[in-house]
Amino acid sequence: MPLTLGLGPIVAIFQTLWHRTGQEQWLRLTRFFGTLLLINFAIGVATGLVQEFEFGMNWSVYSRFVGNVFGAPLAVEGLAAFALESTFFGLWIFGWNRLSPRLHLATLWIAVLGTWLSGYFILVANSWMQHPVGYKIVDGEAQLTSVWALLSNDFALRAYLHTMLAGLIFGSIVVLGVCCWHFLRGDEVDLFRKAAKVALIVAVPVTALQLVVGNRFGEAVTSAQSMKIAASEAQWNTCQPCGFSLFQIGGFTKDDQTPSFSITIPRLLSYMATGSFDGQVQGLTPLQKQEQRKYGRDNYMPNIRVIYWSMRVMAFAGVLMFLVAALGAWLYWKKKLERARWFHWTALVAIALPYIAATAGWILTEMGRQPWIVQGLLKTSEANSPNVSTTWLGISLGVFIALYITLGVVDFVLMRRYARPDRPTPKEELPEPAVTY
Amino acid sequence: MDLQILWFVLIAVLWSAYFLLEGFDFGVGMLLPFLPKDERERGQMFQTIGPVWDGNEVWLVIAGGATFAAFPAWYGTMFSGFYLALLLVLFFLIIRVVSFEWRDKSESPRWRTAWMWANAVGSFGASLIWGVGLSNLLYGVPINSSGDFSGTFWDLFSGYTVLGGVTIVALFAFHGSTFLTLRTTGDLCERAAATARRLSVVAALIVAAFLSWTVAVAVDRNDKDVFPPILPAALGIAAVALAVLFVLGRRSGWAFVMTALATVLWVAAIFTSLYPRVMVSSTDFANSLTVDSASSAHYALAVMSVVAAIFLPLVLLYQGWTYHVFRARVRGDEVEAPPLAPTAGGAG
Repeated sequence: MPLTLGLGPIVAIFQTLWHRTGQEQWLRLTRFFGTLLLINFAIGVATGLVQEFEFGMNWSVYSRFVGNVFGAPLAVEGLAAFALESTFFGLWIFGWNRLSPRLHLATLWIAVLGTWLSGYFILVANSWMQHPVGYKIVDGEAQLTSVWALLSNDFALRAYLHTMLAGLIFGSIVVLGVCCWHFLRGDEVDLFRKAAKVALIVAVPVTALQLVVGNRFGEAVTSAQSMKIAASEAQWNTCQPCGFSLFQIGGFTKDDQTPSFSITIPRLLSYMATGSFDGQVQGLTPLQKQEQRKYGRDNYMPNIRVIYWSMRVMAFAGVLMFLVAALGAWLYWKKKLERARWFHWTALVAIALPYIAATAGWILTEMGRQPWIVQGLLKTSEANSPNVSTTWLGISLGVFIALYITLGVVDFVLMRRYARPDRPTPKEELPEPAVTY
Repeated sequence: MDLQILWFVLIAVLWSAYFLLEGFDFGVGMLLPFLPKDERERGQMFQTIGPVWDGNEVWLVIAGGATFAAFPAWYGTMFSGFYLALLLVLFFLIIRVVSFEWRDKSESPRWRTAWMWANAVGSFGASLIWGVGLSNLLYGVPINSSGDFSGTFWDLFSGYTVLGGVTIVALFAFHGSTFLTLRTTGDLCERAAATARRLSVVAALIVAAFLSWTVAVAVDRNDKDVFPPILPAALGIAAVALAVLFVLGRRSGWAFVMTALATVLWVAAIFTSLYPRVMVSSTDFANSLTVDSASSAHYALAVMSVVAAIFLPLVLLYQGWTYHVFRARVRGDEVEAPPLAPTAGGAG
């Protein structure tokens, strides 16, 4: 799904350029990357349905508890965003010969708008789980009291920006990688140089901006979920100022709090978490005591090792992608891009980075919130469906893992086949790809 | 007007829209292994629903989301209770979704045949389960005092609910064949019409039997009077009977209208029979979920009502426009050789 968020606008840019300039190359790029977009979109539709059903199936207590607040953005997502993207992607795929070029271009932009709106409502819903706002508890159920508070949740806005930028990074890094693959084989170099240029124009500012935005998002997390930040830094004691640990061995459990080896940048954590180089970051041990006083005896710490490393993986991948984009732009500027073979390999391998970063980011977000399913309101262990046995959970989990792996593999194989350099983009195949039977 | 009732009606309308629209694309899917002679005709059939199936499926997502937001308790009990059934639905829908996008990505006949079957099986399976599932809301499932489903997967199957599933399969296949009669040309169109004729009487008899039984179930198991459930049931039977007459009289446009109406009235009969309950409990009637007990608070419903008032007409408008754009019948030669350049020119 994040690939769809980012690839959508890029394909739309290609088509807009074709519309503006009338150069056939842009049309071919629209076709080429449009096919990749659609292969991937199919997965997004399928898994989106699962997500909606899954709340009720596995988390019935959660559903009843939050439905009042959490259900609304999901319903609005369906009505205002999902309907838009689904209908207009259909129009775009099949509308090449039935709509005027201008209208046809508009259908793609509207579908892209749909995916972006959809992302917003989903993140409003998810952010409510991280930082609940605009509700009151009545008879053990959360009730919505202010829809504006819900929609303008500071946490949601920052998360949205962070996620959309991630989507654009996704799209541009994948496009760049595919272009470099073609350079590597010397296939249609002129055509893909154009695409690479667009990808770089998107990638450079966006990867740079993401480093800043990710940081600002971190501040929102600090104020809403101190435990998550402390865990992601394996910070046991409150510190001021705090250094940012780049790498450490050990120090992840209560009995072994001091790492045997670590590389730390002084004061950086203070800045990242609070916006000031002197900021105070609370440690795990005092937070645990605080939470116990508030909510009763329990363990309020997530899995420190997992959280620490998912944070590192995400951040390092983010920095690497920025470097790849910046290097690519420099090579392009020096007119060496299509000859720098070492860079082609790098960019090709870099396609994996956005996948790694996004996955690590979601692990950080969701596992970092544990033991809560809704921060401070409902614990995960109390939210599941009481009537669904562990056996069935196991079976359904198994079915979905098998299904997702199969879909993922087919998706990969198809994307690879359609992105492959030795697959010519013949002109006779250009229009109406979806119509061929 | 009471917002809870408004949302109950709205959810019934959303299910109707879903059945009406996805009904024919499920029907087309189920006919895929039987109707076409060759790969080109299969492509033709795929193309009749290609541009719209995704938009049709949206109505399910909206119905699900609306239930979650407006009736969280109903959503929680239904989705966790019908666990395995919904797991199967998801499986069927997923293989069907990807069959649309992936089938034409390879020339291999085995690949194409496999995805054709995925679409057919997915369409059949999902239709069957929706039929069984919705009739179970009325027929009743074991629900305990805390509002949780306390039965097993097999409790979902009784004579009535299985007939409900069969009815939806038959009705969707019939609906799909009247749709194809309108949307194709030539030999395929004639065979679609012949299939519609063959299916019509069978489908009509099953629908009539099920709707009559529905009224009886409403009276016996849900403490309703014969009226109002009899109203949509009788209208539904009339619609499907008229559909038979129009199909036999080769009035394909009217036949499609009637199969569409019959589908909507099937849903209406279930929901009219349900009200004021949303899920009947078969163990202790007092445990049944009602519109009152399962709904969200007033403020959330009010917000949702405003959103629905703005966006529902909008969605209807642009989906209607989509059908207008793709109103031309799908010809066989169109599928065989795609035109060379994306030519300019207005809609249609």
